[in-house]
Amino acid sequence: MKLPIYMDNHATTPVDPRVFDTMKPYFTEIFGNAASRNHSFGWQAEEAVEKARKQAADLIGANAKEIVFTSGATESNNLALKGVAEMYAEKGNHIITAATEHKAVLDTCKRLEKHGIRVTYLPVQTNGLIDLDMLADAITDKTILISIMYANNEIGVLQPIAEIGKLAKSKGVLLHTDATQAVGKVPVNVIKDNIDLASLSGHKMYGPKGVGALYVRRKSPRVQITAQMDGGGHERGMRSGTLNVPGIVGLGEACGLCNAGMQEEAKRMAYLRDKLRGKLEKELDEVYINGTMEHRLPNNLNISFAYVEGESLLMGINDIAVSSGSACTSATLEPSYVLKALGAGDDLAHSSIRFGLGRFNTEEEVDYVADKVIDVVKKLRELSPLYEMAKEGIDLAKVQWSAH
Amino acid sequence: MAYSNKVLDHYNNPRNVGSLDKSDPNVGTGMVGAPECGDVMKLQVKVNPETGVIEDAKFKTFGCGSAIASSSLATEWLHGKTVDEALQIKNTDIVNELSLPPVKIHCSVLAEDAIKAAISDYKKKAATKSEAVASS
Repeated sequence: MKLPIYMDNHATTPVDPRVFDTMKPYFTEIFGNAASRNHSFGWQAEEAVEKARKQAADLIGANAKEIVFTSGATESNNLALKGVAEMYAEKGNHIITAATEHKAVLDTCKRLEKHGIRVTYLPVQTNGLIDLDMLADAITDKTILISIMYANNEIGVLQPIAEIGKLAKSKGVLLHTDATQAVGKVPVNVIKDNIDLASLSGHKMYGPKGVGALYVRRKSPRVQITAQMDGGGHERGMRSGTLNVPGIVGLGEACGLCNAGMQEEAKRMAYLRDKLRGKLEKELDEVYINGTMEHRLPNNLNISFAYVEGESLLMGINDIAVSSGSACTSATLEPSYVLKALGAGDDLAHSSIRFGLGRFNTEEEVDYVADKVIDVVKKLRELSPLYEMAKEGIDLAKVQWSAH
Repeated sequence: MAYSNKVLDHYNNPRNVGSLDKSDPNVGTGMVGAPECGDVMKLQVKVNPETGVIEDAKFKTFGCGSAIASSSLATEWLHGKTVDEALQIKNTDIVNELSLPPVKIHCSVLAEDAIKAAISDYKKKAATKSEAVASS
């Protein structure tokens, strides 16, 4: 076993060596511009792009013509929200999203608000899921778009996208989903789920960074978006810019591999994740899972170790790469807004660790991680005045703290 | 973020971890911070009432590595100091000793506050004790 161990696969994943091998010739040999129509260099590049388009489409049950390649999920989210808001401005000016969305959606919504769009930010329940009745109530005759993520990047919970899709369709409202964390990990089907737009990213599924896609539905309804970047009119006018051929080839191959191995991989991820959880819960008291386990990515475990601060825990497990919702690990010095939205209390957000298992993690690594975390949590609890007080039976919620 | 070697040393081998008897009249206890802010420090001093010298100091901290290191260092410095000398410890001394980056300065502030709170608790106890002696 090699150290350090990487278990932060929601942040990014390594490129699968098979993906890398597929990409290689497109840097030096088949380097043509996919838009060059009059020589073989261009034709070969175009052929590779079209193959990748098909691979990406197949993974989500779409048609190849419905895939628009972008630089990543942030761009896809921006293009979906801004593109719809601009295109459907005459129909309405209201967008519904949720408090636990990725910043690429939330901050895009904030910008749209400055341009006269009204945005409803739905709260989530303590399990991390939105309330469908609340969503239904939020829809007005001015609502043009619902944007709800498929799987959350911190707590891995899966929103009820199929139900949301059904509701959106019945109300004649478009549904966009940021499916960055879900695609390739769990079955996503744009037809079954009634999804109109979906964002995905290469580097979250063992493909390269800097490439992603936006699915834009072509039939029932035909969705139109206003391009947000002007230029050569690539990607059927929706996204100008010379295509990143090697990146797109990598994304396509990554999609193909996920499509072929998803079921088996999901089973293996769930087994490893559940083993990790079981070990931690057996050896440690007062550990709390953040978000529902029932509807969740198989590779995600987000867990709070009460009375232990997240950054100090990360420091003790410095040969393991994971992340924490603690304020001390964020640039803003604010604890995770996702965990706060669950209403768990800031103290549990400060104590949270996100484990993101991936294709290349082994059972041996999981055992090592579990043992190490248990060890360090025990040590830090010896050091924790809060643990001592809790053991003395003091209700920490009733203590008058000197805030600073 | 990279930690200084001194922070790592205090984190890996924290000095004077533990608790003193809160009800001992010679023990002063300071508890500062709040769980929702991500830092709570408990710092205790045991003072020799004859000499005013701190004979023992203990801490427990919920917080990041820099918070743990700041309080660990504080207890180390408190040993053998008189109460008045202890009040001279400034957060900037801790910042310098541990090479804390700007985002971690609040950890040193918290440690200074914890020292002050512990000593003020001890002084309050000493005052009630002498009142009690005077009135009897």
